[in-house]
Amino acid sequence: MLARATADGHTVRLLGGGTKYSWGATGPESPIELCTGRLARIVEHNAGDLTAVLEAGVRLSDAQERFATAGQMLALDPPFASAGSSEAAATIGGIVATGDSGPLRHRYGAPRDLVLGMTVALSDGTISQSGGKVIKNVAGYDLAKLFAGSFGTLGLILSVNVRLHPKPAGNATALGAGEDPETVAAAARSLAAAPLELDALDIAWRAGRGGVLARCAGADPLKRAQRAAQLLRDAGLRDVEATSEDDALWERQRAGQRSSEGALVRVSARPSTLADVLRAAALCDGTVVGRAALGVSYVEVAPDSVQRLLGELPEGARGVLLDAPAQVRSAIDPWGVQEGPALELMRQIKTRFDPAGTCNPRVFVGGI
Amino acid sequence: MSASTLVSRLEALCGEEYVLTHPHALATYGSDGLAQYHQTPLAVARPATAEQVQAVVRACFEAGVPWVARGAGTGLSGGALPVAEGVLIALSRLRRIIAVDLDDGAVVVEPGVTNLAISRAVSPTHFYPPDPSSQVVCSIGGNVAENSGGAHCFKYGFTTNYVIGLEVVLSDGTVVELDRDAPGYDLLGAFVGSEGTLGVATRIKLRVVPVPESVRTLVAFFEDTSAAGDAVTAIVSAGIVPGAIEMMDRLSIKAAEQATHAGYRLDAGAALIVELDGPEEECTARFEHVMTLCSEAGARDVRVAQSDAERALIWKTRKAAFAAMGRIAPAYYVQDGVIPRTRLSEVLGRIDELATEYGLRVANVFHAGDGNLHPLVCYDAAREGEPERAEELAGLIVKACVEAGGSITGEHGVGVDKKRYMPEMFSEPDLDAFQRLRCAFDPHGLANPGKVMPTPRLCGEVPGPYREHPLERAGVAERF
Repeated sequence: MLARATADGHTVRLLGGGTKYSWGATGPESPIELCTGRLARIVEHNAGDLTAVLEAGVRLSDAQERFATAGQMLALDPPFASAGSSEAAATIGGIVATGDSGPLRHRYGAPRDLVLGMTVALSDGTISQSGGKVIKNVAGYDLAKLFAGSFGTLGLILSVNVRLHPKPAGNATALGAGEDPETVAAAARSLAAAPLELDALDIAWRAGRGGVLARCAGADPLKRAQRAAQLLRDAGLRDVEATSEDDALWERQRAGQRSSEGALVRVSARPSTLADVLRAAALCDGTVVGRAALGVSYVEVAPDSVQRLLGELPEGARGVLLDAPAQVRSAIDPWGVQEGPALELMRQIKTRFDPAGTCNPRVFVGGI
Repeated sequence: MSASTLVSRLEALCGEEYVLTHPHALATYGSDGLAQYHQTPLAVARPATAEQVQAVVRACFEAGVPWVARGAGTGLSGGALPVAEGVLIALSRLRRIIAVDLDDGAVVVEPGVTNLAISRAVSPTHFYPPDPSSQVVCSIGGNVAENSGGAHCFKYGFTTNYVIGLEVVLSDGTVVELDRDAPGYDLLGAFVGSEGTLGVATRIKLRVVPVPESVRTLVAFFEDTSAAGDAVTAIVSAGIVPGAIEMMDRLSIKAAEQATHAGYRLDAGAALIVELDGPEEECTARFEHVMTLCSEAGARDVRVAQSDAERALIWKTRKAAFAAMGRIAPAYYVQDGVIPRTRLSEVLGRIDELATEYGLRVANVFHAGDGNLHPLVCYDAAREGEPERAEELAGLIVKACVEAGGSITGEHGVGVDKKRYMPEMFSEPDLDAFQRLRCAFDPHGLANPGKVMPTPRLCGEVPGPYREHPLERAGVAERF
């Protein structure tokens, strides 16, 4: 279909579950939508090797249910992907193509870190594989990383080979609160530097009050969460506790990565500037959830506060607009990428992989 | 530009004493860690700064001369093999640690810094996990080029999981900043592991992590590799992710023991090193479990390191295995195939059959957690035909790995040595997609040509009149 569209001079819009359809720049209307919905097979689950091969249209929640039968998981927990949820429409192809992730990114990384190999269809109809099905492999170029987060602009992901991890038997979370952004950020920093092997380390900020959440898994998670809690107390946080009943806490963190009414900006900044990001959000009456040790924050503000937020961010921080009403989206470049050699190189890559510009035209950085 | 003009220019850029052209001096750089390949470059340039690297690359571009970047030269795939009539850019003078920022959990270094020096720079609270056996001497620039692994990557991941920023000089001399979290294509992810064919990194920002609170190490001895493999399966199936899990077979135990006298059992068919690290209570609970699982799998003897010195000796023996092989054979080929871990017994059996058929000895040392085998095919170059037979056998072992659903290389890279096996793993359309990436970065094919891809190929021209490519003129490549 891609080859046919290219030959006919048409563009194609690619999609999976459609949960992130509006992200990126608003491209021109495409006459063709190519949906991966029927590519929904779990092709392999090699429990003994901790690997799996998934077609792009597999819902992550369905795959997780399958992996759980072997006590395993794909360590990705973005929104719209929780097992058992009726809203869990996010497909593995869409998650990889947008590079979406959740709190587990703290320990396990983003999709690019968990994808071992990939099969893609290019716009001239070429089907090409890269990587492999084993955990360790350095043969050939790592095109899977290039396609992860490429928003479908290089071609269509047909299937991905992923690495799995043991699913923890239990979890426990330490949490604490504070009103001063610097105190909250410093508490998160002290946990990031502690040898606790946290599965997740998040911050939250809502209505003038912030919190730190640290999730432990493994042999005795509650005991470790209590150690984490002590560090939070030492750092000056209040209302500190450790709990094994923590699923709702993390579901709420995930929910904070989306906005249905307002605007949502994903901010990348040096972890040491977290307090400044919280202050910037507070100035704009925003709410924040984020990965404290990675410097990735999701800030929700009113649609008319997006520009102000971007202006208040600390030096070196970058904001990408994800969710937003159409009028906000059309008024600004959601990517905010400056012209320069890196963008020029990206254009070269687009030209080499999709010379006719068939796939998802103009949704990506710099009009790619 | 003539060759002598280029050399003069390089001398002006780097200083005369840092451009080598004398045959004796060039001979030092003729090979990397894989000594069977040797090539004499036109010149070796030893720049001292990122700016000098950029200037050298630009001079090569303007002269239409290919170049190869080299770190410490410890690579085992011939990835840093010079190109005849090309320039070798040695990065060993770029060895500054530019910034250590533990609040960000990050360090910024130049490419010539050794792997171990990074962990030292952030100790005692933090460390840099990827730890190739050559970590004392290998350079981080080389690690980035090869996406190096090491014993601890089953749990901690590879170089690519730790690089968060790069300053790269492209083959036309353009400097590009690549940032892991920058919006846009993951150029950083594409660059790491590209074996010096997309450009040269002049500054590297890495993530470092807290030193684990507790480390427990054991070595268990088994009747054979199959029993040790069963223990690995049992450990992984129990949901345990060891910091490291390494296996040595009878022959490699023998060689390494002669080198280190660590007290490894010479009557054992396999030694399994298991190291758990992490929070104290987690480590203790899991370690008991691992000991039980080893015993259940038939371990004859399980020794637990009681001190840091004992742990160091266990590791010294493992890491000495390659070098120690010289004690039992004059020469060897090392392979780096990967298999799905569950196929271990079957593939090792196949290797045994092949070794018998070829009348050669094959020692095995491997990262058991991730199925990365390092079969060492022993041979004696003095015996007629034996090097060729060894090479053929090594090739069949690689094929056996691919047939089992694995890879031709887990951490050593393709370089020149394994490029002929690339078609075993990748079809023509796959290779074509690789070439698209390479052409986006290096349309003139000047950065480390002749590596990775099985056959030399050129990039389609950007529209314009046909011009003969420098590599065509030199007879290195032809146009498809």
